[in-house]
This record gives sequence, structure tokens and C-alpha cells, in this order.
Amino acid sequence: MCEAARSILVVVGVLAGAIAIAAGLIWVERRLLALWQDRLGPNRVGPFGLLQVMADMIKIMTKEDWVPPFADRAVFVLAPAIIVVTALLSFAIIPFAPGIGVVDLNVGLLFFLAMSSLGVYSVAFAGWASGNKYSLLGGLRAAAQMLSYEVFMGLSLMGVVILAGSFNLRTIVEAQEDMWFCIPQFLGLVIFVIAGVAETHRLPFDLPEAETELVAGYHTEYSGMKFGMFFVGEYIGVTLISALVVTLFFGGWNGPVLPPIVWFLLKTSLFICLFILLRATFPRPRFDQLLGFGWKVMLPVSLANLLVTGAVTLARG
Amino acid sequence: MAESYFPIMVILLLSAFIGVAIVALSTLLGRNRPSEVKLMPYECGMDPIGDARRRFSVRFFLTGMLFIIFDIEIIFLYPWAIIYDKLMFFGFVEMLIFVAILAVGLAHVWKKGALEWE
Repeated sequence: MCEAARSILVVVGVLAGAIAIAAGLIWVERRLLALWQDRLGPNRVGPFGLLQVMADMIKIMTKEDWVPPFADRAVFVLAPAIIVVTALLSFAIIPFAPGIGVVDLNVGLLFFLAMSSLGVYSVAFAGWASGNKYSLLGGLRAAAQMLSYEVFMGLSLMGVVILAGSFNLRTIVEAQEDMWFCIPQFLGLVIFVIAGVAETHRLPFDLPEAETELVAGYHTEYSGMKFGMFFVGEYIGVTLISALVVTLFFGGWNGPVLPPIVWFLLKTSLFICLFILLRATFPRPRFDQLLGFGWKVMLPVSLANLLVTGAVTLARG
Repeated sequence: MAESYFPIMVILLLSAFIGVAIVALSTLLGRNRPSEVKLMPYECGMDPIGDARRRFSVRFFLTGMLFIIFDIEIIFLYPWAIIYDKLMFFGFVEMLIFVAILAVGLAHVWKKGALEWE
């Protein structure tokens, strides 16, 4: 009973933390983008504009939330919930510090990959159910892009699995005590980050939403908090990918002096900022360039990475 | 073993609750004032031409098929990677052959033009 109560408490804490971080990121992203583009950003509501998040929440919650008469009602309502739920579920396997984490799963990595595959349903459903041409195009693009990059994401993690000999994220972190996997698995890291950006369809790979050509892509017809949920899902996704990059390639909670949980949060914040910097820096490629790059460059490179890792492991005995 | 999945069940229920709660709250709190123009599909202010259930490029299907083929092949790599330290030389040679077959498949798809978007 005590065990059950403890795990429920941890789950509540992790979910609350994830949602709080996602909400805070709305403000962080706007301020950081403003900084890099030499403007101020939101600075009026509360100290440093921190209460902007609250103002936005109240505004978006009280907006008209309509379901179009030409849409497929059930699927239309379901789609935004799926993206939030799948993103939150993946947090179950993240080891935050020794002893802190929702579950110690021996198939942790597979669980993450499964959840990120389910995320495809959200955007494909949203695009199709909206009954709008822009949405349909956005949904199709999102599905094709997420499916393709799913393949490379799975492949890029195999090197880490070979080195650690486990799918369990705790074991993977413990295996990095001497050397972080970002050194032997540098290629894997690069592929994973690129695939992560494409999976969360963040800029520069936000072609499913591409507002200059598709208005808002798959969420053109959404309004109110249903629209907001796609953004909450996106920010949770960014946090998740950053946390995974830290866990898999940058030693997780390992670090000198400071307590483990502080190291984990510090590293994760750094990678979240990197995601925002990517958005501030790069222009958007064309869709055929994106998929071509994936299948013609990322796939051969990640296969080569796998073979080289295998060969090196073999040579070292 | 099964009880280690208990937290997964908890997080599944709770996050499903959060998802449903947000959708419900938004529907309850938002006001509802439909008008004829508002009920049309958005098409940059023009009256929409036809509906959205129309033909789209077959390339999207091709990408989906490529995903299925390569993802299933990659599923075979997961168990291999996890026991690689036991298989060693045998595993490495096996994987060389497997990846070679995969590469031939990729080269074929590439040559047939399935990766081109014209």
C-alpha cells in the first residue's frame, strides 16, 4: 500500500513538473527569441513578463472553442488529447536522479519509441478530421515526416544500447560514469537531435505547420485550448527530447559537486535553450529536401554508425 | 514483474485525465457564438472550392510503405544490440550481412526513384 501511494505521489509530481515546465517554456521561448532577434519580448505582465503565461492561459481558455460542422467530430476532439497524453507518458521512463523516477523499466527505450510512434496519430487525425485542405496537407506532411525520422531515431539509439548493453535508462546512465556517450557516439547524438527536432516538428522542421504556406497546417481549424494543447504537447515534447539527450548522451545525473538532480535539470535546460536557438537560427527547408535528407543521408550514416560501433566494440574485446 | 508496470498504469490514467479535463474545460469556459461565415472551412477568406476529401500525392503512401519496411528491419536490430557483448564476432558478421541486405534494398528504392519528389 505504501509502495502504491509513493508511486502515485511521484507520478503526480512528475506530471505537474512537466506541465509547469511546458507552460514556463512559452515565456522562456518568447523572451529568448526576442533576445536573439534584438527586441524585448513580453515584459509587461508581472516581473519580467513572467505572468504572461497566466494571461495567455486565461485568454485561450475563454476563447470560443468550436468544432466545425464539416469536421469528423469524435476524431477532431480526440486528436489534441493524444499528443499531450503520449508526450506525458514518455516521462515515465526518465531517470531524474538515483531513486527519483516514475518507473525503472527494463524496456525503457522501447517504451519511449512506442510512445513517440503513437504521437503520429495525433497530427494525422487532426489533419484529416478537420475537413480543411490546409489541414489535410499539414497532417499528411506531419505523418510522412514523423514516420521517416522515427526510423533514424531508433537506429541512432542502437549504438548507445550496444555500449550500455541495456534498454534500461538507469543502467545507461550508470554506464556513463567514466565517459559520456556523446564522445564515442557523437554521430548518434547528432542524428538523435536532428530526428528529435523533426519528431516534435519544431522549427526548422515545422513543415506540417509552415505558416507561410499552410496557414497553421494540421491545426488550422482548431481554436481555444484545443489549439493550445498542440502547443503544450510540442513544449512537453521538447522537454522530453532534451531530457533524453541528457540521459542517453550526456551522462544523465552524473556530475561533480552539485546534487544529481540539479545536474540533470541544468543539462536539460541547456538543451531546451539549444532547441530555441535552432528555431532562431535556421530557415525552413522544402519538404522534399527534408525527406530526401532523411532517407539519403541520415539512414546510411546511422547504419554506418551502428557498424562502426560494433566493429570498435569487437576490437576492444 | 507485472507490478513494476503499476506506475505506468497510474501515469496513463492521470495523463488521460489531464487530456480529457483540458478539452472539457475549454469547451465549458469558451463562449459559443456561431455565424454562417464562421462555420465555413478556412481558406484565406475565399469561399472554399470543393471539400477537403480529395486525392493527394501517392508519395505520402510510398513514404509510409518505406517506413514499414525499414522499421520492421530495424526491429531485428534491437535484440541484436542488447546481446552484442555475448555474440561478439559471430554477431558482427551476421549484422554485416543483414545491413548489406538492407543497403541493397535502400539502393534499389533510391534507383527506382521512390525517394524523389517531383
